[in-house]
Amino acid sequence: MGFLDRIFREPRWGVHPDDHKRPAADAPLRILPPPARLYLPLHQHVGGAARPVVLVGQKVLKGELLAAAQGNISAPIHAPVSGVVSAIGEVTAPHASGLSFAAITVESDFEGRWIDTDPVADPFALAPEEIARRTALAGVVGLGGATFPAAVKFALGKRLAVSTLIVNGGECEPYLSSDDRIMRDSADQVVDGARIVMHAIGAREALVGIEDNKPEAIAAMRIAAAAYPEVKICPVPARYPMGSDKQLIQTLTGKEVPADARAAEVGVLVHNVSTCAAVHKAIRLGQPLVERIVTINGGAVAHPGNIFAPLGTLVDELLAFTGLLAPPARLILGGPMMGTPLLHGKVPLVKGASGILAFSAQEAVIPEAGPCIRCGNCTRACPMGLLPLEMAARIRVGELDGAVDFMLSDCISCGCCAYVCPSHIPLVQYFSHAKGELAGRERAKLRSDAAKRLIDARVVRLEREAREKSAAAARRKAERAAAKAKAEAEAVNATAATTTAEGEPA
Amino acid sequence: MLIAVGSLALMGLALGAVLGTAARYLAVAENPVESQLKEMLPGSQCGQCGFVGCAQAAAALAAGTAPVTLCPPGGRALAAALAAKLGIKVDLSAVSDAGPQVAEVAEEICIGCCRCIKACPTDAVVGAAKQIHNVIREACTGCGACIDRCPTEAMTLAPIPVSLQHWVWPKPVLAPVGAALREA
Ligand code: SF4
Ligand code: SF4
Repeated sequence: MGFLDRIFREPRWGVHPDDHKRPAADAPLRILPPPARLYLPLHQHVGGAARPVVLVGQKVLKGELLAAAQGNISAPIHAPVSGVVSAIGEVTAPHASGLSFAAITVESDFEGRWIDTDPVADPFALAPEEIARRTALAGVVGLGGATFPAAVKFALGKRLAVSTLIVNGGECEPYLSSDDRIMRDSADQVVDGARIVMHAIGAREALVGIEDNKPEAIAAMRIAAAAYPEVKICPVPARYPMGSDKQLIQTLTGKEVPADARAAEVGVLVHNVSTCAAVHKAIRLGQPLVERIVTINGGAVAHPGNIFAPLGTLVDELLAFTGLLAPPARLILGGPMMGTPLLHGKVPLVKGASGILAFSAQEAVIPEAGPCIRCGNCTRACPMGLLPLEMAARIRVGELDGAVDFMLSDCISCGCCAYVCPSHIPLVQYFSHAKGELAGRERAKLRSDAAKRLIDARVVRLEREAREKSAAAARRKAERAAAKAKAEAEAVNATAATTTAEGEPA
Repeated sequence: MLIAVGSLALMGLALGAVLGTAARYLAVAENPVESQLKEMLPGSQCGQCGFVGCAQAAAALAAGTAPVTLCPPGGRALAAALAAKLGIKVDLSAVSDAGPQVAEVAEEICIGCCRCIKACPTDAVVGAAKQIHNVIREACTGCGACIDRCPTEAMTLAPIPVSLQHWVWPKPVLAPVGAALREA
């Protein structure tokens, strides 16, 4: 029976890379002494950038609001240390392009004085809307990497009457262990956060999916959740990309999220374990999101492990703290499968950064790409059931629409296809390129539609102006004519008067 | 089974007849492709394609006398869309796409003559007599109509700087297939 179980439980998609999680995952959590200067980007989340509400030179306390949310989907940014705002300018973004974006620089006074927080003793007495409001004000976003504002998701879950909360402790990316660490060290916070989220969205049960390669985390979470039967700890097979929403939902509930639909539409909502812990802190302690756990790992790191660091710390400072064996040949923000390559380490730690990988020259080799041999490995590996080889072949010759017909929009950029490709074709880069181009096209279309509206408005305006001009001209003409007629009439009268006057004495 | 086959066949016949009659009586005389093409063009009548305006360009496209790559402000994206509409294949990698551009005013030499305002098809220039003019980036289509009107050459077209939101991963460059095979 066990054998059959294995066949049915083992998913047919995905890959099984070496996880490289230990020894970093087993090293105890270290706390980074707050650096002298922190750089807080205004755009650390999906949605609109935050709007600064502080001035240069202003004194701030730890947890004080630096920039407020702007628009329906956005998140505020808070000061991770007490100190002085020393600049509002541009810093290099933790992004593959190496372009810059706006950030607020805070100079630490090393006192770490908190603002007056507003802790809540019994969150379950609060209205769900109040929980969402407090979560939004604390700047909590999806910490698994998606960085979608948590409160917006709460509102969505509430509206669509979600019955199940899925707590994502999958952490399937190799090398990363920040979620593992938070479950081992702060299982109580995670479980409490999950229960608060359940209350906020009106869910009846919470399924915590944890990959079975993290037995310590599973044990810790089981103990923490023992008192709450509605929170179920569900070990899932370790298989990449188990931590992806759609795959985890399917494994835990058997439900498949349809293409271009949201998870909430099948009655579930997914939140990461770290996000749950952040919700716990935001509600129970009233603390905004200003720090996070980040995994520092890779062959170039001397003492790999998890670090509790304030947001806005430079990657270089984190690497200096753990020590380097050699200058890293490649820096990656996030995991090796889906992470973002960084051009250098002078970029700030952002809310969505779960790990920083510094690879040695040996690990960083990118093999030369060859032609596709149509082996079909990528098709078998793709968790979304796509045909990566067909999409890539079309994108290579610039036929983006052809790739769209093969459901490029369903691709989650997990990298399974590129991982298994014996020809080392950079498949995901093709897909990222095409998605970017298509988004650009969409923007260009919106722009040209807007331009058309302006052109039409101008035509209407010119016509109206011409009409008004001719109307005004006609009016003036009429006035002139009237004046002339009046003048003539007066002249006639005058003549008549003179005649009469002349005739009078007669 | 038979009922299903029969009823579907009947429905097919009936609907076919309806469509056939409709096609005869409701036929559209004019060329619908032309107006659709006109809809796709920017509509700023900038004349960079060599035609008087977008309507004339659309007519030429429909007649097949102009290439789909004719519209510089539309760039590669528009060329691809036009090619798809007309059902033809083009090699878009050859289309030079300077990327989106917008007009800019050099403030120190603008004399506030208001000539550019009158030329702009989208009312993207703001200003008044003897005041420094400026361009609203969101409204400018980069058609260049204002450039020649400026007596002091204060108006120039400049590419929109690439921002984080607009950056696109470059397409991977592959070694030519033959070379890879020879090496192996
Ligand atoms: S795995 Fe690589 S070589 Fe095999 S079919 Fe897919 S793209 Fe082609
Ligand atoms: S095509 Fe997309 S979803 Fe499928 S394996 Fe490749 S990257 Fe993952």
